[in-house]
Amino acid sequence: MPNNADQSFLSEIPTGTNVILDSLCEGNELNRRLTSLGFTPGIGIEIVQNYGFGPMIVNVRGTRIALGRGEAAKIFVQKEE
Amino acid sequence: MNDCHSSGPSEVLLLEPVDGKKIPIIALAGQPNMGKSTLFNLLTGLNQHVGNWPGKTVEQRSGTFTLDSKTYHLVDLPGTYSLTANSPEEVIAREFILTEKPDVVIAVVSAANLERSLYLVSELVCLPAPVVVALNMMDVAKQEGMTVDTVALSKALNLPVIPITATKALGVRELLQMVDKVMEDHHLSAEPNIPEIRVDVSQAIDEVEALIGDYVPMNYRFELRGWHHGHNPVHHRSRTYAFFGIPHEPIANGGNFGHQVHEHHFQIESEAGRAGGFEAGADFRGDIAHLHHRYRHEMRSLAREQRIQGRSIHDRHANFVRFDPERSTETRFSHSFQLHQPPGYPSRWVALKLLEGDTEITKMMKALLPDEIWQKVHAILLKHDDAMVAVASGRYNWISEIVQKTVEKPKMGQISITERLDRVATHPVWGLFVLAGILGLVFWLTFTIGSPAQAWLDTQFVSRLGNLVSAAMVSSPAWLRSLFVNGIIGGVGSVITFLPILIIFFASFGFLEDVGYMARAAYVMDNIMHMMGLHGKSFLPLFLGFGCNVPAIMGTRVIDSKPARILTILIAPLVPCTARMAVIAFLAPTFFGKQAFLVSWGLILFSIFLLVVLGVLLNKIIFKGERSAFIMEMPLYHIPNIRTVGLLVWQRSGSFLKKAGTTILVASVIIWGLSYLPYGNLNTSYLAIFGKWLSPVGKLMGFDWRLTVALISSFPAKENAIATLGVLFGTSANSGLAAILGSSFSGASAISFLVVTMLFIPCLATVAIIKQETNSFRWTAFSVLMFLVLSTSMGMIVYHIALLV
Repeated sequence: MPNNADQSFLSEIPTGTNVILDSLCEGNELNRRLTSLGFTPGIGIEIVQNYGFGPMIVNVRGTRIALGRGEAAKIFVQKEE
Repeated sequence: MNDCHSSGPSEVLLLEPVDGKKIPIIALAGQPNMGKSTLFNLLTGLNQHVGNWPGKTVEQRSGTFTLDSKTYHLVDLPGTYSLTANSPEEVIAREFILTEKPDVVIAVVSAANLERSLYLVSELVCLPAPVVVALNMMDVAKQEGMTVDTVALSKALNLPVIPITATKALGVRELLQMVDKVMEDHHLSAEPNIPEIRVDVSQAIDEVEALIGDYVPMNYRFELRGWHHGHNPVHHRSRTYAFFGIPHEPIANGGNFGHQVHEHHFQIESEAGRAGGFEAGADFRGDIAHLHHRYRHEMRSLAREQRIQGRSIHDRHANFVRFDPERSTETRFSHSFQLHQPPGYPSRWVALKLLEGDTEITKMMKALLPDEIWQKVHAILLKHDDAMVAVASGRYNWISEIVQKTVEKPKMGQISITERLDRVATHPVWGLFVLAGILGLVFWLTFTIGSPAQAWLDTQFVSRLGNLVSAAMVSSPAWLRSLFVNGIIGGVGSVITFLPILIIFFASFGFLEDVGYMARAAYVMDNIMHMMGLHGKSFLPLFLGFGCNVPAIMGTRVIDSKPARILTILIAPLVPCTARMAVIAFLAPTFFGKQAFLVSWGLILFSIFLLVVLGVLLNKIIFKGERSAFIMEMPLYHIPNIRTVGLLVWQRSGSFLKKAGTTILVASVIIWGLSYLPYGNLNTSYLAIFGKWLSPVGKLMGFDWRLTVALISSFPAKENAIATLGVLFGTSANSGLAAILGSSFSGASAISFLVVTMLFIPCLATVAIIKQETNSFRWTAFSVLMFLVLSTSMGMIVYHIALLV
């Protein structure tokens, strides 16, 4: 669970926001796929589309990636200062 | 062989070409959407072979091409983001590099997205293979105002880098020249820079490597060399042979691959008189057979030594190389056997993969290591459970440094075309409209071009051919004529008339994929497909089923998770195809008159409803509700490559026609035989007997034997049902069959027949494609049985309900 006020799940971040990846939740299989696509701690994530339901689109390392809501809810992020 | 006496034993060694030239194998590696396929198609064109990787349902493409009079064999590895065992594709790609040892691996990366595409390179450099980097999409990078310093990139990676633009065929010759250079001089690509890993993880890798080092399967390259001493081969028969087993160095630091490491020697001294070939007329052939035997023996004991028991060792091929230095009487030859060995792995790489938590490697090492050592390894792995993220971060840091040195990016701010298009295409509401519009267009094409073309092929080609053959065979026996006209032309011909529809579907599918729209369609449909435990990627293949189930099942190749793909294949036949709709369109009015439209719609909706229910059930029961994560790259939109789409249509159509000429031909003839034998009359045929024998079952569905026979005859092609009914009722579809049928059956029987026809075992072509795509008899049999049970039980239920109404 997010342990401080700045931290939240990627799935909760509205469209157009930039955040920084804090950590990935448990679950090796998913983590391996995410890290190979560039989701590593400290990297900036731009939320391209998040309607609050269904899958969302983020921009990581110059690539647009669609994520299921369940997957996005396993990624902890921090607001960019 | 008589020459042996005069010119020495060397002549008999000319068993195979002696120049030792072998076609170099080049592997193409790259992430998805990097233009790897474009490069592959560009090089091999129509000269490619498409199949499955052995034992897998992943498409394998390979081909040969000749450039500047040199021939190369090119293998297209599956597009993968990494080389960690997340999917069969990743395992295939790395096993190919490790076991088949391609002469060169071309890593295709995108200049427009260097940061992510170098990730695969960061894994490739840890494998013992010479890598040449093809920096693709130079034109896209330029368009976006980026510059990539190729020289700096090459220096930073310490690998050859060649800029190319595959879509415009630029830089390809230079790329292959570099491939040649690397094959001549391995040093060019032998010591790439490799990513640094956090110190504690790196130490853990050292510890694990030290523990497992002796147990990791190794690769050996074996050579057998023989020396013949003396001036006269007939009199001096002592020969000395030596085996050289040269293990490829366990890769130090995950980098270079050494050849000079410790050697294994086996020596055999042969004496005169032993082993056949030592007699007069001496040739080495006998020696080779003898030595081959010894060699295998040595290999086995070595295998035991290496604790890789239980794996069979097969000879793959043997190359004969003869050295005949200026006709000196001393003849040397070298005979190298290549053995198919279990994949050998660099031990450091194995240690790294263990720390990354790679499932395949973990499973393998757990089986190979003695228990106490595994426990020690396991303890280290537990202590470093964050190693996977640390390793990936290390790789990306390595990449970031390289990118900083080589790429100049313009300031952000401009909105790309992709972004603008996606505002509509991926919108939860507008996106669905766009999808509906595109699908409408595909259907419009099908009905304005596909269906008329099919009708034309049917009347102008298949029927005419039938008449012509029938006329030409007037003097042949009636059964032979019927075999050709009804069995072969009728069966295979009617399947082939679907080709225009298939081509339209293959082309639209390939076009949407190549443009980049496929990912958007999957995205907007994800929510809806979710309910069946599928995600959006299954939608388009299923949708194609409305045209024909064959492209639908072939189209499931876009689905990356295997359970999801099998599930989609299993439910796809429930999408009513044009052939089944044609049967319904003919029969519904004959039975139901004005209500036909409602009945037809009801049947289609019923079938789709069953599709959803079956999807949910199969997912729960067979796949235990497993749903692979929905993570998908949204590629940039780009102008489709005609060559790519054309080749896809060509290959898939070819594959379908091949099926029509083989499986479908055989099955059509069998069904024809059943309907013709023994008396040449359908009414008294084996099929009729079978139908009558089945009548107790048929009765439960309200069928008489004629309906049962019509149903069975619809297996080669669904439209056959109508023709069969025509024969059984002694009329043709054009003249009064409708009237007779309408008066022969009750409404309950009629609706039951329509339901069963709709849900019955998919047509022969579909079953053949299911076998091809699942690569499994069990799933194919499961599918056939499932539809048999589903259709008959639904028929019974509908019949009895209809009786009550």
